[in-house]
Order: sequence, then C-alpha cells, then structure tokens
Amino acid sequence: MKALRNYLDKIKPNFEEGGKLAMFRSVFDGFETFLFVPNETSKSGVHIHDSIDSKRTMTVVIIALLPALLFGMYNVGYQHNLAIGSDPGFLMTFIYGFLAVLPKIIVSYVVGLGIEFTVAQWRNEEIQEGFLVSGILIPMIVPVDTPLWMIAVATAFAVIFAKEVFGGTGYNIFNVALVTRAFLFFAYPAAMSGDQVWVRTADTFGLGAGQVVDGFSGATPLGQIATASLDSFQGVVNTIGQPISTCDYFLGLIPGSIGETSVLAILIGAVILLITGIASWKTMGSIFVGGAVMALIFNAIGSTVSMTVCPIDHWCLGGFAFGAVFMATDPVTSARTETGKYIYGFLVGAMAVIIRVLNPGYPEGMMLAILLMNVFAPLIDYYVVEANISRRLKRAIK
Amino acid sequence: MANVIKIKKGLDINLKGKASEVLLNGGKSETYAIVPDFYSGVLPKVVAKVGDKVKAGSVLMIDKNRPEIKFVSPVSGEVTAVNRGAKRKVLSIVVTPDAQIEYEEFGKKNVASLKGDEVKEAMLNAGMWPFVMQRPYDIVATPGETPRDIFVSAFYSAPLAPDFNYLVKGQEADFQTGLDALAKLTTGKVYVGIRKGSAVQQVKGVELVEIEGPHPAANASVLINHTKPINKGETVWTVDPANVIIIGRLFNKGIADFSRKVVITGSETKEQGYVQAISGCTIKSLVGGRVATDAHVRIISGNVLTGTKVSMEDYLGAYDNQITVIPEGDETHEFLGFAMPRTDQYSMSHSYFSWLMGKKEYVLDARIKGGKRAMIMSNEYDKVFPLDIYPEYLLKAIIAFDIDKMENLGIYEVAPEDFALCEFVDTSKIELQKIVRDGLTLLYKEMN
Repeated sequence: MKALRNYLDKIKPNFEEGGKLAMFRSVFDGFETFLFVPNETSKSGVHIHDSIDSKRTMTVVIIALLPALLFGMYNVGYQHNLAIGSDPGFLMTFIYGFLAVLPKIIVSYVVGLGIEFTVAQWRNEEIQEGFLVSGILIPMIVPVDTPLWMIAVATAFAVIFAKEVFGGTGYNIFNVALVTRAFLFFAYPAAMSGDQVWVRTADTFGLGAGQVVDGFSGATPLGQIATASLDSFQGVVNTIGQPISTCDYFLGLIPGSIGETSVLAILIGAVILLITGIASWKTMGSIFVGGAVMALIFNAIGSTVSMTVCPIDHWCLGGFAFGAVFMATDPVTSARTETGKYIYGFLVGAMAVIIRVLNPGYPEGMMLAILLMNVFAPLIDYYVVEANISRRLKRAIK
Repeated sequence: MANVIKIKKGLDINLKGKASEVLLNGGKSETYAIVPDFYSGVLPKVVAKVGDKVKAGSVLMIDKNRPEIKFVSPVSGEVTAVNRGAKRKVLSIVVTPDAQIEYEEFGKKNVASLKGDEVKEAMLNAGMWPFVMQRPYDIVATPGETPRDIFVSAFYSAPLAPDFNYLVKGQEADFQTGLDALAKLTTGKVYVGIRKGSAVQQVKGVELVEIEGPHPAANASVLINHTKPINKGETVWTVDPANVIIIGRLFNKGIADFSRKVVITGSETKEQGYVQAISGCTIKSLVGGRVATDAHVRIISGNVLTGTKVSMEDYLGAYDNQITVIPEGDETHEFLGFAMPRTDQYSMSHSYFSWLMGKKEYVLDARIKGGKRAMIMSNEYDKVFPLDIYPEYLLKAIIAFDIDKMENLGIYEVAPEDFALCEFVDTSKIELQKIVRDGLTLLYKEMN
C-alpha cells in the first residue's frame, strides 16, 4: 500500500492546477479518494467526523443489490434453458446469464461515468458517487434483450437531463435509473413490452444455442393477467405453459426485468439497507401497505382479472418489491421528512397498483408510480414543514 | 420536585481521554489576553494602550456599537501588546501579569437589596457582561433590553466535557448569588437545567428543570425549546454555568476574579484532569508538556464539537473550560476505507460495524473522512437534533438567505452549537455550524 501511496504522491503534481494533466484532475482525484480515505482535516466547525461518507453509503447500496443481480443473472440463464428445453447445469446456466447481463452493466457504467467524469472536470468538482448505484440499477430494470445502444442512449439522456442539468447528485428531482427506464419505455416501446423481450432465446457469445420449444410464450405474469378475460382465465403459467403460484413469484424463476423477479433476493438486500439505516423503513413499509390497501379495494370490486390479484401477489410480481426497496427509497428523490415518508410510500404503493389494474396499456405500474411521486415528494414535505411553521406561529399568538 | 425533560434524539460520542477529578499543576501563564474573535456580535474598540498598568478588572476594550459593554483584564500587570491583523483588525490585547494579582475594587454587594439596573451596572463595570449571551442571534447580550427569561444549563454533556459538579465544588454560594443576580435582570424567570442528583439541585429562586438524555442535552436551546420556546420578537438570555459562578463572586467578594478550573482531556494527552487557571491564559500554560506524542496533534480550546483549533501560543477561549487534544490525522492514509470494516472508527450509522463494538472508547482524528457533497441522505440531522425544528429545511433557508422562511422555521431559537452533532454525522461533510453562524450574523445586520 505504501508503494501505491508513494506512486500517487509522485504523480499527483501533474494533475494539479498548471500541471501537464490538469484536465484529468477530477478523474485522478476520484481514483485517489477511492483508493485512500482523503486525509483532509476539518477547517471549521466540528473537529471529528463520523466515518460514514457518500462512498460508503453507495457501497452499501451496491452490496444490497448484489443478491438480486446475481439471482437475475441465473434467472436469465434459467429462462433461456426453459425456452430451448435444455439443462446444462447450474454453473453453465449462471455463466450464460452472466455473459448476457455483463455487457449491459459495462455499457451503463461507461456511458454514465463518462458523462459524470466529464461534467465533474468541467465544473471543477469532485467526482460524485451517485452514478455507481444508478449504473448498476439500470441493467437490472431492463428486459434482458434490450439492445446495448438503447441502454447507452437512455443512460446518456437520463444522466444529462435528469441529473446534471439540475446540478448533479443530490439535486435531481427524478430517480436517474427510473428516468432511463422511462425513456426506454416511451422511446422504444416495442423493445420494452410484449411477450418477446423478457426471455433471451438467442445464444450469448455462442453459448446456449438451441431451438425454442413448442408452446413457448415469453409473457410475464403481469402481462398475462393484464390481457386475460375473467371468464377464460386459467391462472398464470410459466414460459412453457406450466402453472405457477405465489411461491414461484416469491422465489423469482419467472420472466421479467433482470433484477426484479426474486422477492427473496430483494428482501436480503432490504435487510442490508434497513440494518445499515441507509434506506428508510418508513418509506419501504408504507409502500407495501399502500399497495396492499389498494389491492384489497380492487379485490372487493373484482370485475377484471387484474382486480382479483391478491395483495401478496401484487407485492411479489413485477417490479413492486424492487421499486419499493431500491428505487423509492432513494433519499434524494423521495420525501425527506419523516412524516412525509409515510405518505409518500403509501401513495407510491397505491399508485402502482392503480396503474397495474386500471391502465389497459401498461401491465406494470411501479416505475410510473415512483416517478409520479418523485414529483409530489417536495409538495408532501412542504405541507409537513408547513405544519411545523404554523405550530410556531400559533405559539407566538398565545 | 423539578420538571423532568427526557430527550431521545442526540448522541454521546465515547472518546478516549476522559478526565478524572484530579487537580493537575499548571495554569501559571506568562501572558494573558483578551481575544475579540471569541465574542460574537462585538466590534472591538481598544481603550488600553501598550505600557498601561492595569489591575484585574481594568477595562481593556469596549464594544464600539454598545460602548457600555466592557472587556476587562483578568489579571493585574502591564499591557504589553495590541496585536492587529489585516485591515488593522484587533487580534488580541496582551497583558503580562504581576507576580501577585491586584484587583480593582468594586465593593461587596448584597444582591437581594439591589435593583435590576444596579445589578446590570455592576456587571457591566466589572466586565461580567460578555458572559451574558442573547437569543436570537447567539451574541453578547444588549444591556438595554430586558429578556423574557434567562436560561442556565447547569451541566455539560459534550464529549469529554468537564463535570460541573466538580467545577462548582466549594463555590455553591457564588453560584447561587450569580443566579440571584441574573434573576434581577429579567421580568420572567431564571430556568436552570440540571442532571438528576446534581450538586446544585438545592438552588433557590429559580425554575429547576431536570434533563435526561444524550448530548446535546446540556445545550441551552434544549432547555429553552422544551420549557418556553422563543417566539419572534422575544429575547432571552443564556449564561454558561461556570460563568454564573464568576458573576456571583463579583457580588460576594467585590472583585473581578476570573479564576476557573479547566479540564484537560483527549486521547493525545499524557495525563487528564483539571487545572486551576484564569480566563485569558495561554494554551501552553494548560497543556504544555502534556501532549503525549510528537506526531501531528490538534489542540482544541473547548470540546471536539464546538471548540476552536488553537496552538500552544494561543489563548484559552473566553467561554471555554476545556482543552481537548486529538490526533490531527493528516498523515493517515487509510486504504480503501469505504470498503473496510473499520471497527476502530466510530459511526452512528450502522454501515460500519462500530455499533457492534459495545462501549468502546474511540480515538478519533480531525480528518473529515470523505468528500464534500450536496445533502443526500435524509433524516440524519433529525436523529441528533432534539428541538421542534426541521434542521435540514432551516439550513436550506439559511443557505438561500430567505429571511421569512428562516424566521418561520425557527432561526431565532437556535445557536450554531445546536448543529454540531448534525455536522458530525453528516455523510456529505457540510460545514453546518459555519452556515448557521454566517446566517445569524447576516440576519443580525439585516434586522438592526
């Protein structure tokens, strides 16, 4: 470590103002602070600081995302094998999925971090860590067959227009990863919905080539529910027509976006986020409550197949759990007051179920529900803070 | 039976280097000084000249805007320097002491028989006034005003802070007299915050309030906010309990006796304990020879949260009765710190494992341990901010300098020290106390 430190100290002057490589100052600084905790000491105010910083925060979120990501990779392989009717074993299944997902992660990071580095240098700021999380979220919330160029375009759009124009990490109004997803959803609808995009039937780098079996359908459970009619609906089936139940939704070996299918893996992440206190249990919990309440209301009406879906199925299907745990809890774009978090979370959950059930076009509503509530989060906070203000004013009159 | 206030929000940071109740030698300073920067809201005007012979209690400096506020020499001797910095800003007025202190005679007074104005005049003349702080703005109080109430939080809760029970030992009578004097200055009450079983729970003529809970339990804001919050247009005063003793001494002995006990603490000190000293002494007279290592250290006048970074040649802060010495840490290079368990580093968040380490004493250095960012995490400040105020929103209003919003969100009720813990736990490493202090200063200018 000492040698590395000495090397950094040796090359550092090149990157400082007036140095040969000053144009890469932010990049150097970014790497240096990643390797070594900055040894800058406090100038004013408190003399000691908590050891948490935004790098640690983002690292914890990434660790929490890993179970869902690894499971997602396996599931990509699993769904593929189901479609072509082969069983190459656990390892090969995982490797297939890994190779299918990895390019998406690379593209998302290269494009997003490239823009971040450029903007940081341009603004003469430190590189911010926010995109480390967004960059891994993006590949996890897209269908497996999304072309890489689409991910690149959408990521660039989201990072520039949802984040940098507002001032960077901490200033954005919308969740960056969700804006990426929304951009893909509206700009390339054919590649984002329907029955063809959720299961990869082609080979990956020559691995897993095969013919699709008869009777294959790549529709997600939510897709099936949305298009079914109440009289003829026989229940949700997997890609080769076998019936599946809540337990399968929970474990996650079903078609869907890469990281969203396994509620089990997502719950592991949720536990990590809640123990470390990075995500708010208030937001997370109230999303599930909101979704359940809305689902029960629809159950009582029950005039379409969607309306009959029970609360637990709503929780387990589609991106509900993933959105609740990883997306809606983004502290920057969610409500920031504690009371506001209950309201925000409840409305996200309720909205997601309303969109799922009532909207004929979109079988899934989580993305739009969170983006919608991102808009309302400041309003919710405004009223919570306003209550404090009027309490103070009343006190003065007394 | 005193009222009991329980606060839950807050944080006790368990640092190494606690002092026990032992009196260490030292405290004999080669020079004493008044440092105008220690007094908020004061524009210094030096009235003493180099070469003047002064007694303890002789005026050295006054406030240009409120000339009745006098700053007096803590010892007798000769004025040996008036140090000035850029734009002739007064840095310090230095007095070299005599071998034996001679005191200016102000006359013993029975507080009970004095009127409020007489108490005020006595305190102003003897240089006791700068001890009285005013809310709003957290500045030295304006003598012309009459405060709604006066608040004295008679204990300390900051990391490694002195034990007030020890400071007041043998001086309970002076403390009572000090409180009696303060009571004359307000039409309202004097509120005194104490811990359960405090040495001063017998004091009379005041409203006793027992406060339970972690730091910042001893901040005056907590006492105020939980008893009688400040509304717009109201003024309250606060006085540090150790300074109440000095005020009491003025009336009981008739002299300005600024002697006080100062606690020496921190992981980088060889021995910890109390030193009998006099306000305005040098740091060297307190910790000279007590620093344990040759490595870079940071000497702080005050505690690690609100104190001032000083060197051996500097002077003890006017309101401080604590010196803390911690490692500077600027030679430490932690490899991949954000990914390591770092059990030797304290974190309130559970993202490091220090929360599993039990009651471990930590050695924390002065590094900020991260890059400065915009506010990202929510509910961090709230967890350590036990007032009915939204700290994040107030801070944002201050940054934007939106006066209406600042007023509405409670700027008049706070002092920068209330945000010290927020600043400690902040993931984004923002200098919150500085923001609040600058905001208060700007607001004061705007309003007066």
